[in-house]
Amino acid sequence: MSSRYELRFSGSGGQGMILAGIIMAEAASIFGGKEAAQSQSYGPESRGGASKSEVIISDEPVDYPKATSIDAMLAMTQESCSKYYKDVKKDGILLIDSTEVKDIPEGPFKLYSYPIIDTARNELGKVITANIISLGMITELTGIVTHEAIEKAVLSRVPPAFLELNKKALQVGFERASELKAAG
Amino acid sequence: MSTEKKKKFLQGNEACIEGALYAGCRFYAGYPITPSTEVMELMALSLPKVGGKFIQMEDEIGSICAAIGGALAGEKAMTGTSGPGFSLKQEALGWACMTEVPLVIVNVMRSGPSTGYPTGPSQSDVMQTKWGSHGDKPTITLVPASVQELFYETIRAFNLSEKYRTPVIVLFDEVIGHMREAITIPEPGEVEVLERRKPTCPPEDYRPYAIQNGEVAPLAPFGEGYRFHVTGLYHAEDGFPTANQQYIHDTGMRLVNKVEHNQDDICENEELFLDDAEVVVFAYGVSSKSAKFAVKELRAGGVKAGLLRPKTIWPFPSNALDKVVAAGNVKKIIVPEMNLGQIYGEVQKVVAGRCEVQGIFRVDTEPIHPKQIMSAVLGHQVEPTVIPDEVLIERPMDG
Repeated sequence: MSSRYELRFSGSGGQGMILAGIIMAEAASIFGGKEAAQSQSYGPESRGGASKSEVIISDEPVDYPKATSIDAMLAMTQESCSKYYKDVKKDGILLIDSTEVKDIPEGPFKLYSYPIIDTARNELGKVITANIISLGMITELTGIVTHEAIEKAVLSRVPPAFLELNKKALQVGFERASELKAAG
Repeated sequence: MSTEKKKKFLQGNEACIEGALYAGCRFYAGYPITPSTEVMELMALSLPKVGGKFIQMEDEIGSICAAIGGALAGEKAMTGTSGPGFSLKQEALGWACMTEVPLVIVNVMRSGPSTGYPTGPSQSDVMQTKWGSHGDKPTITLVPASVQELFYETIRAFNLSEKYRTPVIVLFDEVIGHMREAITIPEPGEVEVLERRKPTCPPEDYRPYAIQNGEVAPLAPFGEGYRFHVTGLYHAEDGFPTANQQYIHDTGMRLVNKVEHNQDDICENEELFLDDAEVVVFAYGVSSKSAKFAVKELRAGGVKAGLLRPKTIWPFPSNALDKVVAAGNVKKIIVPEMNLGQIYGEVQKVVAGRCEVQGIFRVDTEPIHPKQIMSAVLGHQVEPTVIPDEVLIERPMDG
């Protein structure tokens, strides 16, 4: 049970947080040889509202699919950050979108802040790649799956026409997170 | 690469339809409703590829009636829904029990009553699967708790419905329906699939409700020359209504007992650390996932906790529970449920005062937290907890 690793992807409905969770779980289980369970919680609205997707990664079958004490969390909006950050454990990781989250939570976790959505819009030209950039960043910050595993998982989920775009988004995520880590 | 190919990363609802297709389901009639909609959508996509038929009906009543029709025409048939739709299906469900039509009904539970909170999980339809339709009737309800198990239990649902000529309900909730895990889909033939027994007599001799050795006759598919009457009224061997009180009594008893007397054949349970357990958690479905986590944590800390997890909730697994209580080690049984104590009451009936029974109930659409169960086992709050006190409802043993 000590190998249990908990991730939470949160944002607003329509930002691709549930898909991000699915891709992370596939990277771990199908391409990473571990056990993983992905679950989600969302409101009745198809856009907006706070949505979260949780991924539990373990060496053993996952008994309980919901987060209990979070190792790493992503928050793409203020609402989801304020609502969900409290479960991040001591020395855990909290990655926030610096443009969206202005009321920065305090706690005994490592906080990383980056303009993920702006980067998707301005550098990749498509705001919908924000979830893939964040997958790259979470992968780099946590090391819970390999770059190869997450890339295979991303590429197996996207339409052929968008392979290169998503590959690039993932790469941007790896690089920016690596810079954030280096900056401490 | 070979291991990557064998494993599929699926949602519970997807695993359910994979199980149905594996079991030979070739007819689905449904009406969409959160959180069961993927079951219907995927059946619409999948059935035409295997020569099956899919139809979206005008509502849930039409859906179950069409599925019954499909079953009477000889197909393995299924319909799926969630609470509000399951309420609408009750009359036809009772009809299928009375007319002994094999059928599988999926209910992906959401928060109720009424439209409730559509995207929130719940376990509040457990009693409805048994008592939602009027009259004493046979009820088989399976409560799978993982994506892989949902695949196997859906196959078992079809097998049981054919074996006992009765509707079988596959009951799970939004968490199990929407969670994703890697599963392995076995090759055809690896898992037993029961086919429907058909009559071998000439059509003029066929008696659809004749009883031999306590079992009802095989069901003839309509369209193959066997003409018979199907009615929800108490009916004689030929299917036509009867007013014979002895026959009514015998049929009523037989319908219920074909399930209740076969508990050991129908019920399957998972047992964990029961040999020396002093506190046993009796949990099913999504709540059993919290329970398993809690029990393993407690064991790691030296606490003698155990888990009894029924995979079949109806018929109620009273034999398995009685065995655990009769062994004499158990001081307390904890029943966590995402309802206000529906199965807690059934556990109390079996325990009958031999040990303490404590319920943990939640209806706020969040699954029961493992720490709630750990706190109940230990008798004190496990810190830190994210559960506000007001959602924690506990009931001590009555009397």
